[in-house]
Amino acid sequence: MIGIVSALVARDLALAARVGGSGALSLVFFLMIVALIPFALGPDLNLLARIGPAILWLAAVLATLIGLDRLFQADEEDGSLDLMTAAPVPLELVVLAKVVAHWLTTGLPLALASPLFGLLVALDGTAMGATALTLLVGTPALTCIGAVGAALTASIRRGGLILAVLVLPLMVPTLIFGVSATEAALGGTVPFTTPLAILAALSLIAAVVGTLAAAAALRWSE
Amino acid sequence: MSSAPISLWTRLSNPSHFMRWSGTLAPWLAGLSGLVLALGLYLAWFVAPPDYQQGETVRIMFIHVPAAWLGVFFYGAMSLSAVGTLVWRHPLADVAQRAAAPIGAAFTLICLVTGSLWGKPMWGTYWVWDARLTSMLLLFLIYCGIVALWRTMEDPNRAARAVAILTLVGAVNLPIIKFSVNWWSTLHQPASILRMGGPTIDPSMLYPLLVMILAATLGGTTLHLYAMRTEVMRRRVRTLTIREAERLDAGRVAVTAPPDALPQAL
Repeated sequence: MIGIVSALVARDLALAARVGGSGALSLVFFLMIVALIPFALGPDLNLLARIGPAILWLAAVLATLIGLDRLFQADEEDGSLDLMTAAPVPLELVVLAKVVAHWLTTGLPLALASPLFGLLVALDGTAMGATALTLLVGTPALTCIGAVGAALTASIRRGGLILAVLVLPLMVPTLIFGVSATEAALGGTVPFTTPLAILAALSLIAAVVGTLAAAAALRWSE
Repeated sequence: MSSAPISLWTRLSNPSHFMRWSGTLAPWLAGLSGLVLALGLYLAWFVAPPDYQQGETVRIMFIHVPAAWLGVFFYGAMSLSAVGTLVWRHPLADVAQRAAAPIGAAFTLICLVTGSLWGKPMWGTYWVWDARLTSMLLLFLIYCGIVALWRTMEDPNRAARAVAILTLVGAVNLPIIKFSVNWWSTLHQPASILRMGGPTIDPSMLYPLLVMILAATLGGTTLHLYAMRTEVMRRRVRTLTIREAERLDAGRVAVTAPPDALPQAL
């Protein structure tokens, strides 16, 4: 069972790294948003430093959407989803494997790159560390919530737009606690660990609800 | 099991039976909600006193609060129907789900608009990022997603199952959204009807408000019933159109389609 899951993860990682995969694309998109916002707000470093964690989090939410519409759709189109449904593992585990692979190619690189991109918005060391940590804890929730939308829109052509409309409202709690945890680390009325613990709880809830719902959506779409 | 007596619920939820009893009930329900609405509006306009602080603008509350209640009420109705869709695959549950979504979205929008009109004289601005307004806005966005998903999928049975899953995921998420938005900001007055130690609102305003909430619930149910009837008829038209097309198709190639190839009639 573990073998099948790790084979699926390895397959998706290989696909993301090859031509047509969205492996590095979401990182570029992340950088793009972080670079665009100062053009809109002006190059005032004090302002950018104050809203920097929020910019990084917003960019992470939007960058997660990249590639999400193809998460199940590509497999649905070439028929491999049918094989996965017939595999001797529960569909929930298949979904979990694909979610893990998506997070490894989207959420994890974003979290690791966020200190570097934090330089662009003049974050200091504490803010960089806090943002990276909250992204590391919070992006699994984004991917799991997104997986539900991806499964629901797997058989819809041009499902990318409707996917964003479906999942973005559900990502609001993660965004709120991600940003407020970072701000708590920079000095606030609540200790850093409170919103961070809630953020971790959101990720765990999303992992359960998202996996079950996405598997149900795939199973019932036939 | 077929010899067992059919329960009342099963009989009522049979689509043909539903069309019959809802056709009789709906005009009466519409009349009743009209009467209660007239009474509620009379109480709200002429009997309820203006607020000592907010003056006449407090009367917006008599529309705002029932609309907010219905926005949440129809999400609950949709979640229950979603369970019906996923567990029993009942066509009437699909119909109830589909009919509830635009009505719930409309009432949520009414709540947002009246809330913002109320906010202008009270807070000096049409929109504040206050916790309750924001969670209603997110509810409205979720409604929009659900309506959009309904409109994207051609096959009503598949659409019903997909929307049911989305509705239930949303239902799990709504308390979390509510909690996190509360954490994020609080400016709105705390809840004043349903709270420990009884309502803080004066009885002279509470009773008109309760009558208005009752009128809105009856009116919303009437709308839902009519929307469900429309949806059942729309599906019948769809089935008939497909059958007609298949009949013409079969006539052209002189092959009769096997009866089980027909789409499942409602």
